[in-house]
Amino acid sequence: MSEKTIRIGSGAAWWGDRVEPAILNAEKGDLDYLCFETMAEATVSAAQVRARRDPSFPGYDTYLDDRIKGVLPGCLKRGTKIVTNQGWINPNAAAERIVYWLRHFGANGVKVAAVNGSLITERVLELTDRILENGAPTRTLAPTLISAEAYLGAEPIVEALKAGAQIVVTGRVADPSLFLAPMMHEFGWDALDHRHLGAGNGIGHLLECGAQVTGGYFSDPGFKDVPEPWNLAFPIAEVSPDGSCILSKVAGTGGAINLMTVKEQCLYEVHDPANYITPDVVVDFTTIRLEDLGADRVRVSNISGKPRTPTLKVSIGCTEGFIGEDMFFYAGPGALRRAQLAKKILEERFKIVKLKAEELRIDFLGVNAIHGEMSPKHGPEPYEVAVRVAARTRTKEEAIKVGREVDGMAVSGVAHTGKRVPHQDRFREIIGVWSALVPRDKVQPSINYFES
Amino acid sequence: MRVKLQHLAHTRSGDKGDTSNIMVIAYAPEFYPLLKAQLTAERFKAFYAGAVKGPVERYAVDGIGALNFVAQGALGGGVSRSLCLDNYGKALSAAVLGFEIEVPESLQGKLRGMGQTTGSTT
Repeated sequence: MSEKTIRIGSGAAWWGDRVEPAILNAEKGDLDYLCFETMAEATVSAAQVRARRDPSFPGYDTYLDDRIKGVLPGCLKRGTKIVTNQGWINPNAAAERIVYWLRHFGANGVKVAAVNGSLITERVLELTDRILENGAPTRTLAPTLISAEAYLGAEPIVEALKAGAQIVVTGRVADPSLFLAPMMHEFGWDALDHRHLGAGNGIGHLLECGAQVTGGYFSDPGFKDVPEPWNLAFPIAEVSPDGSCILSKVAGTGGAINLMTVKEQCLYEVHDPANYITPDVVVDFTTIRLEDLGADRVRVSNISGKPRTPTLKVSIGCTEGFIGEDMFFYAGPGALRRAQLAKKILEERFKIVKLKAEELRIDFLGVNAIHGEMSPKHGPEPYEVAVRVAARTRTKEEAIKVGREVDGMAVSGVAHTGKRVPHQDRFREIIGVWSALVPRDKVQPSINYFES
Repeated sequence: MRVKLQHLAHTRSGDKGDTSNIMVIAYAPEFYPLLKAQLTAERFKAFYAGAVKGPVERYAVDGIGALNFVAQGALGGGVSRSLCLDNYGKALSAAVLGFEIEVPESLQGKLRGMGQTTGSTT
């Protein structure tokens, strides 16, 4: 077996992620592959809603230009391949846009692959049976259905890489599969080789949340300190053909990679650590071995795998009404008692305007708005408190009432009420996301190739 | 002596639908048996009463000294429809830092951050 290793770096952990660390990885990471994860659970449905309203929306990552423009010079110089799920609901258009940027930088003859086939909106109700979260038939979602997409695995990406693609852009693919695909391609791992795929997918899991393994979502002063937390890097895995790796980051950056950061990310969004189900393999994290090599390097080995399941997960996005929300403020002695009176006034005024809410929540930010009912009942009086109002409603008209009644608190409220200037974004549409399973053979990915 | 969990372990939460997984990871191997014995799924659920509406399941990963609590009904009906400001429950993992653990005096010297109490606005 070849002893070559490959270097895979993270370029994004979500749509809103920072771009600078991706550019740093492209320029100084000495990477064979740079992989971007840019989707959340509701991304596809939100994109469908936007596409319906705004015909000019191309349907791919709204930050695609920033990301691709930023990393292409470094990637082209080093020969780094890119795997990215920035295609959202239109991988072909994303690929064409990437070709535009390739030509912009004078790179001709570069092959770009678009992986399609995850969208199954038209077929989802016939292909699926039950909603995983509540056991109800999926057909009950028919009246509110926006979009449904299956989570594809690494295989179509591997196929595109085999066909010579330098850049692969996909729609919905399971997050760790984006990172697993290069390993399968480079090391020749078979799609049914659950031992290697378990190890590789586990590494993908450690990489897919970017800075969360390099000191992001981690530091807590006096307990868990990291140097220069404003200067975090995205992780790099140097992967060996046996499915072990060394996690590292570009030298000179802040943050940390140590046993603590890796353990936290190991279980992040994992339920049963012995059975983490992905499209490619069932990962078993309980066998993981970690070794701190010092200088922000951790060796990861012995993550196990079990054979993949016969089904793929499907995310089903549905319209579920609206949320109206706003907040206003109190400070100084008596801040909380004024907030309490304000709450009472709002509750009465919502009756006057006949607010029809599925759920209404009036919290005191600084007291109980985050942890809710489990917050201390008799804590020290806060110096400042925000009254935060939120209601879930069937219609936009009802949701708007929340902000309108908060407006009323300006002159018809309580002494010393601080208010923001009324703005436009005090309601938003809810896209509820439900899950179901679809037989694997009912979802057939397809690949389109483009060239600069 | 009874000390807050934050001196023995670090925590992080992740979201999937209406379920939050909150992991508790021992700072030192000596602390792990204390956490495993005292922070049961039942006590965890009781501690999060009001915030976690559904059942709680605990998975132990002995190899890395970690307990993974999978709490259903923790995210206000689901990330997208939750009325909580912290839709994803990213701050939920901080609450359990205040859970009290009985620690033998012999391990006192290994506790982390004992001098650190509160923040300051200056």
